[in-house]
Amino acid sequence: MTTLTETVESIRAGQTTATQTIQACLERIEKNDGHLHAFVSVDSKRALARAELIDNALKAGKPVGPLAGAAVAVKDNLCTDFAATTCASRMLAEYRPPYNAHVVECLERAGAIVLGKTNLDEFAMGSSTENSGIGVTCNPWQPDHVPGGSSGGSAVAVAAGMVPAALGSDTGGSIRQPASFCGLVGLKPTYGRVSRYGLVAFASSLDQVGPFTRTAADAALMLEAIAGYDGRDSTCADQGVPRYAEKLGRSLEGVRIGLPAEYFGEGLHETVRASIDEATKVLVDLGAKLVEISLPHTSYAIACYYLIATAEASSNLARYDGIHYGHRSKNAQDIMELSASSRGEALGPEVKRRIMLGTYALSSGYYDAYYKKASQVRTLIAQDFAQAFEKVDAILSPVTPTTAFAIGEKTDDPLAMYLADIYTISANLAGICAVSVPCGFDPAGLPIGYQLMGAAFQEETVLAIAHQYQQHSDFHRRVPPL
Amino acid sequence: MSALKRSMTEPGITFRTIIGLEVHVQLRTKTKLFCGCLLEFAALPNSLTCPVCLGLPGALPVMNREAVRLAIRLGKALNCTIADFAKWDRKSYYYPDLPKNYQISQYDKPLCQEGWLDVPGEDGVGRVGIQRAHLEEDAGKNIHDTPGCTLVDLNRTGTPLLEIVTRPDLTSADQAYAFCTELQKLATYLSVSEGSMQKGQMRFEPNVNLAIVRDGIEYRTPISEIKNLNSFKAVRAAIEYETRRQLQDWMADNSYLFGERPHENRGWNDGRQVTELQRSKEQAHDYRYFPDPDLVSVEVGRNAALQGELNRPIDELPVARCLRFQAEYGLSANDAETILAERATADLFERAVEAGAPPKVAAKQFVNVWSKLANEYRRSIAELGIEAKRIGALAKMVEQNTVSASAAKTVAAAMLDSTDGPDFLAEQLGLIQVVDEEELAKWVDAAIAANEKAVQTILTNPKKAKASEGFLRGQVMKISSGKADPGRAGELIAKRVAGLKDQED
Ligand SMILES: [Zn+2]
Repeated sequence: MTTLTETVESIRAGQTTATQTIQACLERIEKNDGHLHAFVSVDSKRALARAELIDNALKAGKPVGPLAGAAVAVKDNLCTDFAATTCASRMLAEYRPPYNAHVVECLERAGAIVLGKTNLDEFAMGSSTENSGIGVTCNPWQPDHVPGGSSGGSAVAVAAGMVPAALGSDTGGSIRQPASFCGLVGLKPTYGRVSRYGLVAFASSLDQVGPFTRTAADAALMLEAIAGYDGRDSTCADQGVPRYAEKLGRSLEGVRIGLPAEYFGEGLHETVRASIDEATKVLVDLGAKLVEISLPHTSYAIACYYLIATAEASSNLARYDGIHYGHRSKNAQDIMELSASSRGEALGPEVKRRIMLGTYALSSGYYDAYYKKASQVRTLIAQDFAQAFEKVDAILSPVTPTTAFAIGEKTDDPLAMYLADIYTISANLAGICAVSVPCGFDPAGLPIGYQLMGAAFQEETVLAIAHQYQQHSDFHRRVPPL
Repeated sequence: MSALKRSMTEPGITFRTIIGLEVHVQLRTKTKLFCGCLLEFAALPNSLTCPVCLGLPGALPVMNREAVRLAIRLGKALNCTIADFAKWDRKSYYYPDLPKNYQISQYDKPLCQEGWLDVPGEDGVGRVGIQRAHLEEDAGKNIHDTPGCTLVDLNRTGTPLLEIVTRPDLTSADQAYAFCTELQKLATYLSVSEGSMQKGQMRFEPNVNLAIVRDGIEYRTPISEIKNLNSFKAVRAAIEYETRRQLQDWMADNSYLFGERPHENRGWNDGRQVTELQRSKEQAHDYRYFPDPDLVSVEVGRNAALQGELNRPIDELPVARCLRFQAEYGLSANDAETILAERATADLFERAVEAGAPPKVAAKQFVNVWSKLANEYRRSIAELGIEAKRIGALAKMVEQNTVSASAAKTVAAAMLDSTDGPDFLAEQLGLIQVVDEEELAKWVDAAIAANEKAVQTILTNPKKAKASEGFLRGQVMKISSGKADPGRAGELIAKRVAGLKDQED
C-alpha cells in the first residue's frame, strides 16, 4: 500500500495522475466499505472534478500544493460546505454547514482532495466508534473487533487503504487509540498548534485535530499543511510552523526518552508490554538513552478528564435544541418541550450520559467540588509533564492497555470503556503533543502501538523519533487481510 | 393613591425607598462582540449574522478589543478599578433567541469594579456606588407578530453590552431618573455609546424595596426587580408606582416582608402605568457559570490598545466641565448645560472662546442663535461646520455693538452658506449698527408716532411700562431693519416719552 509521500511524489513525477489515484481509492472504498463502514459519505463526483483540475494544472506546468492529488478523508465532525456534517448524530443527520473548517481549507489549499467524511462515536464521545448514530465501524484486521474511537472511521479508511491519510480529532485519545488499534501513526498535536475553527466542539479545552497516516513522514506532511495561526480560533497559537518533513532525519544519538513508572503498572496487557519493550530496544540501538521518570498525578487523570470534558460538553452541546437547525421534534406543546423532546429523541445514550455528568459537575453547590477541583488537578498534571521534560526529550508509554476489543464487549460497561483511555488523556489535559506508532501485533493478529509524548510544540521531536524507529521496523508496512 | 396619602401622614410611620439599578449600555463598536458582523439598527432580519453569532457547530468567538477599550473608558469615568484580565464565562440558559443556549459574559472577574457616579439633585450632588460593570453579548429578538408562530431575528445577537450594577444607594424615583440621564450623558460624551433610547441602546432594571419604620421598628418589604425598562420616564414612573404598591401591600398585610416573601420579577405596563407580577420561575435559576474555554483571558496591561486606554488620563467629565464653564466663563447653569449636551459642541464653544469670543455673549448665541439654526437643519451645532474663529468673531461684534443681537441671527444664517467672515457679511447685508443720532431719532419718532397706545401705557400704567418700552424698542429695531443699537434706542425712547409726560403735566 502506498504512503501519502509516495502518492504525491508519483503524481508530481507523472507516474500516475490525480484522477487515477482517486479512482483507485474509490475502488477500494467500493470493495471494502460495505462491510467496514468507515465512511459516512463519499463524494466521488466532486473528488474526480478536483482531480481533473489538479491534473490539468500539472499538465500545464502550473504550481501545485505539496499534497496535490492525494485523497484524504476527514472525520465527520469537521465542517464542510460541500457535504453534510453529521457528527454521527441523528441530531445533525441532515445538517449542511455554510462554511469549511480551517483544516479542510488548509488541506484543499495544499492540493489534497477530500474524498469523504468518516464515521465516529456520536459527537466524538467514545472509544470504539460503536456509539455512532450511523452504524458501527469494523476493524479491518478483524472485522468483529472495534477500530477504536472516536475517530474510528478515519483510522479504518487509512488502514484499509481507502485513502493514504485522514484527519481525526483527539480529545482524550480519539486519534492515538484508534491508530494503535488499526496499526497506524496517529498524531495529536499540541493544543493550539492547529486551529479548531470548524471542528464541532466536544470539549473545547482538550479538542485538537490531527492526522492518521502509515508513517511519521506522512504525519509530518499533513501537520505542515494544517498547523499554524488562524485568527478565528482565539486558542490557536501565533507560532511559526517548522518544516517537519525536513527535520525527520535527526539522529537519536543522546536523545533522552523517559519511561514513566505510572504507565507500566497494573492493567497493562503482557503482549502490549512485550512489544513496547522490543520497541525501546530498537530506540536504544539507535542511540537513545532511557530515563526512568515519574508523573505522580497520573492516577487522578481519568477522574479529572471526565469532569472537565463532560462539563465543557454539556455547555457545547446545549445549542442542539431543534430551534435553529438540526432535528426538531414533532411532539412538543411549548418551547421548552420542543428543546427537551428534540434532544431526547435525537441524542444517543452516551451523549446524554456525558451531558448529564457535565451538567451536574457545573451545578451550583457542586462546581467547587468537581469542576474547579478538576481544573486544579489539571494544573498539577501539566506540572508533572513540565518537570519531566526538563529531564527528557520525549516520554514513551503504551497507548492502550490492550489491543482492540470485540464489538459489543464493553458497551454495557461505560466505566470500563472510560478506563481504556488511561494512557492517552493526560496529554490532552497537559496540552502537549503525542503520537501513536505501530510496534507489533498480538497473537490474534491485532496491531499494537506505543505512544511518544513531547513537550508543547515539540512535534518535530516525537515525529523524528517515530520516523527513525520506522526506518528500522516494518509493522507499518503490513496490510490487513482484506 | 388616597390610601397611600393617608398612610404617609399616619402618625408613627415613616419609610424610605431603597433602589439599586442594573443598566445595560450598548457599546459603540462597528462590529459585534465576538464576530465581524456589523451593528446596524433595523436591518433586514437575520441579515447581520455569521456562523459565530448564529452559534453554528464549530464556530468560535474572537474578542472585539474595541469593546473592551470602550468598557475600560467608561469604567474609569465611573471611578472603577479595572481588572488585570478580561476574562470570559458562559452563562447557561435555554431560550430561542440565544442560539448557543449560553451567553458569553463575565462572572467572577468583571472588567470594572467598585466605583461611583456623582448625580446632581435638588439637595446637591449625591454619590451612587457602582458595584461592578461587566461586558456581555446581547441575545437576539423573538418576534410574536404572527399568531401561532414565533420568529427569531438574530441581528442583535452578539451586540456588545456593558452591564452596570449600582449599589442600592438610590433613594428616590427622581434620583434614579437623574442617575440614568447622567449615565447616558457620560456614555455619549465619552463616545462609549450612542445612548439612543429609540434603538434600545440603554435598558434599565431597577431593584426596589422599602424600609418602613413603625413604632421605632424597621420592616423591609421584599425586593422587586422591574425588568427591561427602556426610557427614563418609565424608570421614574415604575419606581414611583412600586413605592406606592409595596407600601400598600405592607399596610394590607404586615407579613409582606423581605425574607418571608419571594423576590419578585415585575414588568412595566406603560399603557396602564403599573408594574405587573411576571410568572415566577418554579425554582431559582442555576446558570452554571464556568470559564469559556474558547476564549483566552486577555491581559489588559499587555495589549497596546487596551493599555493605552488604561493609562490615558480621564477626560474632564460633563459635571466637572459644567461647573468650570460657570466659574471660568460666568455662564448660567442652564446655558452651560445646554452647550454641554453634546461634546463636540462644547469643544467648539471653547475653541471659539480661545479665538477671542467673549464667553457670555458666545454662550447666548449658542443657546439662542446657533442651536435654532442647528435644529432647523436637524444637526448639532458642531455639525453645522462653522469654524470656531468665525463663531468667535460674530460674538465679538455683538459685544462691541457692531451688530445688534437680533441682526446677529441674520448674519449667522448667512454664515452657513458662505465662507466669509461675519463682518463682511453684516456689511453686505447692511446690518452694521448705526450710531448716527439723527437717523436713530427718526426711527424712534416713527415708532412713537405709530404706537400711541404703547406710549399711553407707559405714561399711565407703571406696572406695564417696562413691557411697553420693550415693545417700542422692538418696533425701532423693526423699522431700522435691525440696524439700530437697541441700547441707545431704549435710552432715546425713555427720553422722548419723558418729554411727552412733561408736556402733559
Ligand atoms: Zn456574526
